[in-house]
Amino acid sequence: FFQYCLSGHPTLPCNVLKFKSTTIMLDCGLDMTSTLNFLPLPLVQSPRLSKLPGWVLKDGSTFLDKELKECSGHVFVDSVPEFCLPETELLDLSTVDVILISNYHCMMALPYITEYTGFTGTVYATEPTVQIGRLLMEELVNSIERVPKAQSASTWKNKEVQRLLPAPLKDAVEVSMWRKCYTMPEVNAALSKIQLVGYSQKIELFGAVQVTPLSSGYALGSSNWIIQSHYEKVSYVSGSSLLTTHPQPMDQASLKNSDVLILTGLTQIPTANPDGMVGEFCSNLAMTVRNGGNVLVPCYPSGVIYDLLECLYQYIDSAGLSNVPFYFISPVANSSLEFSQIFAEWLCHNKQTKVYLPEPPFPHAELIQTNKLKHYPSIHGDFSNDFKQPCVVFTGHPSLRFGDVVHFMELWGKSSLNTVIFTEPDFSYLDALAPYQPLAMKCVYCPIDTRLNFIQVSKLLKEVQPLHVVCPEQYTQPPPTQSHRTDLMIDCQPPAMSYRRAEVLTLPYKRRYEKIEIMPDLADSLVPLEIKPGISLATVSAVLHTKDNKHVLQLPPKPPQPPASKKRKRVSDDVPECKSLKPLLSGSIPVDQFVQTLEKHGFSDVKVEDTAKGHIVLLQEAETLIQLEEDSTHIICDNDEPLRVKLRDLVLKFLQKF
Amino acid sequence: MPEIKVTPLGAGQDVGRSCILVSIAGKNVMLDCGMHMGYNDDRRFPDFSYITQNGRLTDFLDCVIISHFHLDHCGALPYFSEMVGYDGPIYMTHPTKAICPILLEDYRKITVDKKGETNFFTSQMIKDCMKKVVAVHLHQTVQVDEELEIKAYYAGHVLGAAMFQIKVGCESVVYTGDYNMTPDRHLGAAWIDKCRPDLLISESTYATTIRDSKRCRERDFLKKVHETVERGGKVLIPVFALGRAQELCILLETFWERMNLKAPIYFSTGLTEKANHYYKLFITWTNQKIRKTFVQRNMFEFKHIKAFDRAFADNPGPMVVFATPGMLHAGQSLQIFRKWAGNEKNMVIMPGYCVQGTVGHKILSGQRKLEMEGRQILEVKMQVEYMSFSAHADAKGIMQLIRQAEPRNVLLVHGEAKKMEFLKQKIEQEFHVSCYMPANGETTTILTNPCIPVDISLGLLKRETAIGPLPDAKKPKLMHGTLLMKDNSFRLVSPEQALKELGLAEHQLRFTCRVHIQDPRKEHETVLRVYNHLKGILKDYSVQHLPDGSITVESILIQATAHSEDQGTKVLLVSWTYQDEELGSYLTSLLKKGLPQST
Repeated sequence: FFQYCLSGHPTLPCNVLKFKSTTIMLDCGLDMTSTLNFLPLPLVQSPRLSKLPGWVLKDGSTFLDKELKECSGHVFVDSVPEFCLPETELLDLSTVDVILISNYHCMMALPYITEYTGFTGTVYATEPTVQIGRLLMEELVNSIERVPKAQSASTWKNKEVQRLLPAPLKDAVEVSMWRKCYTMPEVNAALSKIQLVGYSQKIELFGAVQVTPLSSGYALGSSNWIIQSHYEKVSYVSGSSLLTTHPQPMDQASLKNSDVLILTGLTQIPTANPDGMVGEFCSNLAMTVRNGGNVLVPCYPSGVIYDLLECLYQYIDSAGLSNVPFYFISPVANSSLEFSQIFAEWLCHNKQTKVYLPEPPFPHAELIQTNKLKHYPSIHGDFSNDFKQPCVVFTGHPSLRFGDVVHFMELWGKSSLNTVIFTEPDFSYLDALAPYQPLAMKCVYCPIDTRLNFIQVSKLLKEVQPLHVVCPEQYTQPPPTQSHRTDLMIDCQPPAMSYRRAEVLTLPYKRRYEKIEIMPDLADSLVPLEIKPGISLATVSAVLHTKDNKHVLQLPPKPPQPPASKKRKRVSDDVPECKSLKPLLSGSIPVDQFVQTLEKHGFSDVKVEDTAKGHIVLLQEAETLIQLEEDSTHIICDNDEPLRVKLRDLVLKFLQKF
Repeated sequence: MPEIKVTPLGAGQDVGRSCILVSIAGKNVMLDCGMHMGYNDDRRFPDFSYITQNGRLTDFLDCVIISHFHLDHCGALPYFSEMVGYDGPIYMTHPTKAICPILLEDYRKITVDKKGETNFFTSQMIKDCMKKVVAVHLHQTVQVDEELEIKAYYAGHVLGAAMFQIKVGCESVVYTGDYNMTPDRHLGAAWIDKCRPDLLISESTYATTIRDSKRCRERDFLKKVHETVERGGKVLIPVFALGRAQELCILLETFWERMNLKAPIYFSTGLTEKANHYYKLFITWTNQKIRKTFVQRNMFEFKHIKAFDRAFADNPGPMVVFATPGMLHAGQSLQIFRKWAGNEKNMVIMPGYCVQGTVGHKILSGQRKLEMEGRQILEVKMQVEYMSFSAHADAKGIMQLIRQAEPRNVLLVHGEAKKMEFLKQKIEQEFHVSCYMPANGETTTILTNPCIPVDISLGLLKRETAIGPLPDAKKPKLMHGTLLMKDNSFRLVSPEQALKELGLAEHQLRFTCRVHIQDPRKEHETVLRVYNHLKGILKDYSVQHLPDGSITVESILIQATAHSEDQGTKVLLVSWTYQDEELGSYLTSLLKKGLPQST
């Protein structure tokens, strides 16, 4: 039982579990923070960006000035942005049997895994995860492909060169493993390997292991996974939430009795309260608009945006914002809004009830109907005609490195009337803003991360009581910036086992039992014997069949009747064929009763002698003696087989067979 | 011997008021709770007093499962739960849970408000009844209690229709409800995995029909509608609000668009718009094509189909009207039918099955003079067409499902006895499984032969699998273990472990036999001869000659001593434990035969 840790990112995990005879990948998150090292991809030529000076080394060498540009004291790579993939060398990924996906944010590396490693297995995910995951990938591919960049920088990645660079480029890990974005055909190929599953569906893997997705409460279709055999249970908790937002609530009860609980995807902002952040978001938005400014909300096209729109739906009239246009710009904006309305079964109770009426579960349907919310595939086309200011724009990508958001940053960055509000917690907002400095626009940081915080985790662990907890190393110590906050780490007994990127853990449990089925005819033939009150036993001699990791016991076949041939038998024909073991014996033989039994069976000359440890029973005429001791019986006789067998059977009557 | 008992309270050799009791491994499950469209008296509901005479239904039934929202499958539910009294769980899929109360309310209105019946369930009862419903996902394993689990599979037929697997331990039953094995314009085909249930309870509405291709039927339908409209006639299509109606609407909508037709299409009752909303919101339950394209174009938003007003029926000129209910037994469809029946230019198209006793059934069986309420005689001059659009599996489909699920027994319900009989023979011939078709109130008992799951200690299992490379098929290997039974746990462990766990000591039983051999040679030479003899015969065993002069065959010890009186006779002491009984016994008899002449 091993765990191979392919990603060090605690909320974008990628682990491989060797469980019984199966190899299971848990999530394949893609670390996109690497893109922060790159210059933004502008949709329209940006004079500011193209005029940035090339970076010059201290000694004056300029050989990197084509690849690296400097902006307000930070150095950026001027190239197509690249992502940091999960480790692909730690184990042979073509041996992975299945990949379990917990939510749409944790599948972004899927095409790299399924299309480039010889992977031939199956991917399991829920329908909303797949549909929304597809939208996220589509948006990503689209926003990178629509701005073709001639240059692909690689000199800076040279180890000798990287050493000379300023931080954070100098410290960037595994730069040689960074990859460009995949293409739509690769996305489609990867998604075609997914098999859809529902919550609490039991999926058998090779008869050896059963996996089950459970609602995790974090996003539409998000799941935790149970990986179990008949005797071992591993719970994989990844991105769970106990807050009531739009998804179905988290199923905690089913996580009970785990041998190992792997805990990933906790909140990235443990000190922020999501409700408070939503409030701040609304008030900052209202203030900016009232002052005639525009609001930019860099966001993913699905997830928290639904909750934000719902809050605004309730808020805009009272805040006097009914005439302010809300724009949602993404190549998948329409799809995302439509898809959110059709997953009734994956929604929280309140939203489900609305569908039963039947009404759309999310109020953004009404916002669209009343023209308060408009969505566009991009800033080009219809949007440029409809565009009115002041307004609120929701658009991606939250890293501010590609997508329509780049355009709005360039457009609105110079005016202090405008505000950019960061709600997605995946990227440091200061790093995200760095290539836009100096910036006049206001920046507000309202990260909304509904995933479990440490208080909720410790409550959860108390409740479900796993024997062992495994988690990324980041969770076993306070955050580096707040080293005094010992409450911001996992506290459990025994202490959690931690992992880091490229590590292999041995999981601490031991199997002792396995399931086997006894066929009905064999069961009928068994003779149970009550050995102690409430405990019965039966000796079983049966044929073991093992197929597809399932074991079955069958009645042994009847020995074939020896053919009644007249042919003279060779001596060796009689050699007992296989070592057919006799059962073990237990019990003791009371000498008096034994002697009585012997007499009853026609032995008239029985003599008993006492010895140190027991008795010797003598059958004088037969020259046979039987030593009886507490835990042993020894029959010593002449070679008189009928007599020996008779004595044997008399002795066995007093003993129990095992 | 464990058994599964099945008793239909409705739908036994009949279509209507589906309600089937199943007893499996001590659990009682009721499948569907429908009403009968052909009756207006007591017979319209199943006879629940059969379940228990004086106890509470809740004590007797572990759960109720509703397969889909059609009233012949759920119409008696409020009566059953609120008037007879049942408080246990009722399971259905999300779309069924959403739509079922609307149809029940509709049914209640027609019965109470229009027909003036009293002593019927109320709106509040429908609400209270629905509170007892637990919605299930497709393929979700729902643990009803510790032993009983159920799982839903996609059944096609109507939005949200499901087949259910009911499982206790190794025993299982699959109930199909109504299903459709071919995808249509809005739903997908039923699917089940190879779950090998002990019993498959299948509907058999179209037990003897093998339907031609769907395309042909669609073309026929469109042609007939088109011709009638062209000659200025009116077309009445009686449907149920949800289901076939949407499929035919999609069909006509696209046809109207393609042919650029102008004649109005109406859809009766306010239910339609609502119904279409359900289809939009539960689009994940429709077929692949609709699901894929719904973002660009939602198939359930119709341009040509408008809401119907009662006054429109008297408008001159051609029109097409979808009206409920589908069997012409009451409501708007019957009203319009009465208005239009006298004109031979008009046409009524029955797109689905009609239960005996309904007007629909009468005109389909050729009756042209109908006795209506108040002894009025209605002469039917309009054309009557029947087109099988109802989404039931035909004979081919039923056989296909049996092939998919591989049941050990099949039981037919929801069909007519004569047709069932035919299908039963076909199933028995082709699959060599028993097939049953009990009438209402008749109990079928099926013997099952479940395996007994046991925990085996890994040590014992590894020992057994480690002994040889691959087990020889001809010489199966025997495994020995001790089955410990304590409370309800069964564990198979090695005999040693069993002894240890019970705190018992092993009792060793040993035999030592004296075998006399005539051999004048020295002792050690005799021993050597014995050794060579045994070595030659016992090729598969480990035979060893030890330095102390003794011989071992596996764990059996042989020592030789000279006879105290007769130097020409040697005494061989063969000593073995009970565990080596067979080999020991064999050795003594072998040695008794003497040694072969020395070579």
